[in-house]
Amino acid sequence: MTTLVIAEPSVEGVKVPTLTTLGAASKLGGDVHVLVIGQGIASVADATAQVAGVAKVLTADAAELAHGLAENVAPLVVGLVKAGGYSHVLAPSTTFGKNVAPRVAALLDVAQISDITGVESADTFTRPIYAGNAIATVQSSDPVKVATVRGTAFEAVAATGGSAAVEAVSGASDAGLSKFVSQEVSKSERPELTSARVIVSGGRGMQSGDNFPLLEALADKLGAAVGASRAAVDAGFVPNDYQVGQTGKIVAPELYIAVGISGAIQHLAGMKDSKVIVAINKDEEAPIFQIADYGLVADLFKAVPELTAEV
Amino acid sequence: MKVLVAVKRVIDYNVKVRVKPDESGVDLGNVKMSMNPFDEIAVEEAVRLKEAGKATEIVVVSVGPSQAQETLRTALAMGADRAILVQTDVETQSLGVAKALKALAEKEQPGLVILGKQAIDDDANQTGQMLAALLGWAQGTFASKVVPAEGPMGAGVAVTREIDGGLETVELKLPAVVTTDLRLNEPRYASLPNIMKARKKPLETVDAAALGVDLTPRLKTLKVAEPPKRAGGVKVGSVQELVAKLKTEARVI
Ligand SMILES: Cc1cc2nc3c(=O)[nH]c(=O)nc-3n(C[C@H](O)[C@H](O)[C@H](O)COP(=O)(O)OP(=O)(O)OC[C@H]3O[C@@H](n4cnc5c(N)ncnc54)[C@H](O)[C@@H]3O)c2cc1C
Ligand SMILES: Nc1ncnc2c1ncn2[C@@H]1O[C@H](COP(=O)(O)O)[C@@H](O)[C@H]1O
Repeated sequence: MTTLVIAEPSVEGVKVPTLTTLGAASKLGGDVHVLVIGQGIASVADATAQVAGVAKVLTADAAELAHGLAENVAPLVVGLVKAGGYSHVLAPSTTFGKNVAPRVAALLDVAQISDITGVESADTFTRPIYAGNAIATVQSSDPVKVATVRGTAFEAVAATGGSAAVEAVSGASDAGLSKFVSQEVSKSERPELTSARVIVSGGRGMQSGDNFPLLEALADKLGAAVGASRAAVDAGFVPNDYQVGQTGKIVAPELYIAVGISGAIQHLAGMKDSKVIVAINKDEEAPIFQIADYGLVADLFKAVPELTAEV
Repeated sequence: MKVLVAVKRVIDYNVKVRVKPDESGVDLGNVKMSMNPFDEIAVEEAVRLKEAGKATEIVVVSVGPSQAQETLRTALAMGADRAILVQTDVETQSLGVAKALKALAEKEQPGLVILGKQAIDDDANQTGQMLAALLGWAQGTFASKVVPAEGPMGAGVAVTREIDGGLETVELKLPAVVTTDLRLNEPRYASLPNIMKARKKPLETVDAAALGVDLTPRLKTLKVAEPPKRAGGVKVGSVQELVAKLKTEARVI
């Protein structure tokens, strides 16, 4: 039994989603190989070889793979699975993994188990359904198990302590179906949402993007990332990649501070596994208070600056 | 260009889901069912393409029980031209649905197939990617903008995708598969006259077996359980009290 983990593309170092996916892989037992794809990724492959528990790093370094296009990545993975006799293929539940893994599964004619949160055995997994309002235990009888891994549900493995062999793989080609045009990446000095220890999130109650600096000031004092509800993103207060929830990012920081967020199930689905939840809302009936460890019924425009001054 | 849109009938997003006491599934008896919200966005996008003169015909497809006809009628009322129900009473799973859609795509020869990025019941986020794989087509997932245009690969479509770091634009060769994200558009409500008109639009029912497709679920659900509950918290009276609790009780700051 050998698992192939598709690494989250990186230009430098090993990404956290790769480490948490490896955490899930370690629960399966058997050897673990990691596929690193991209262009000019020799140093990333070397860093991946240092990761604890990795037996082998496969590196596919090619211009066709530079942007992680699923049309080019999937056939490469399928070729490796067929040649290498892998029993499992795991990818992180990032927008990269969610885009590529189902394409791999379909080409192998197997089901994909999405967003696993637990490994019961080599063929049985738990996963949230209905916005996390139910947890399904599912069993796959397919010869190869393809799954995406929810990062918040598994411990990241140690980034050092390993000494895997690095092997170059060939066979990347351009499927001629798609081309990368451009990317608009939100730049921020703050930590990434999915790996931050503290998150300050704003909702419709913020009223405007011009008020988000209030949250940013608090976030900077706490070393926190800034997130948002769908309503805040839809209204254009902040970019799409701030969205936390069922259909946005899934987070589980030590501390999640929800400001002017009502607590719709779709939002809770993305943050209710946070260790400590604080809610600041002027409506004492807001559903967010039902799951908050500490609720403060207050006008956020008064409470947030006070909080920033106090911490 | 013909556009094929896949729509799923799911529990309404406002309904509070209850797990059955015997842990065999969730209780769907007497609950409101609606079109998957992402699929409303998919239908809307197709209708806008038609209104802009980029699409000629919109065919909506659902794989499911006979009640899914209601969902298809809703799509027809929003502006789709005709509907196909692949009727089945088994629980649909992404790979089977993708195979049924592939069979229909081969028959209908659309230039574009639009799906939702995710069904809000199984939260799988797979079907569009699987369909693209089976057809050997390009995929533009999590789309927030879809612009058909002549590109370097001939007839194409530029798709802006919502990715973890922000936005990405890719150029896809047609025919292609697109899956919708929340910011693509705001779906219209069907007007009463359009709901009346939709009753007369063609709705064909086909059997999965007649399409040569096996919909038998590949994944076996052993159990469906309640998620762990969070213990209730407390209300604090002031910012000072909150900070004190976070420092000394929760010890997170
Ligand atoms: C298919 C689908 C997917 C979805 N996915 C997501 C998702 O991934 N993430 C997500 O977040 N949502 C998602 N939603 C949307 C979700 O249903 C809610 O509409 C959304 O979360 C509401 O955002 P909100 O809490 O910011 O806004 P509202 O519900 O409008 O709440 C605003 C809150 O701010 C409070 N407030 C206002 N002014 C002040 C003030 N001055 N001081 C203090 N408090 C104040 C109000 O009391 C209120 O509670 C999805 C919906 C659908 C249909
Ligand atoms: N039974 C179905 N019938 C029609 N379309 C479906 C069905 N299941 C999934 N889809 C489509 O595939 C998308 C993604 O679903 P999923 O992969 O299940 O999350 C949905 O938004 C629909 O567009």
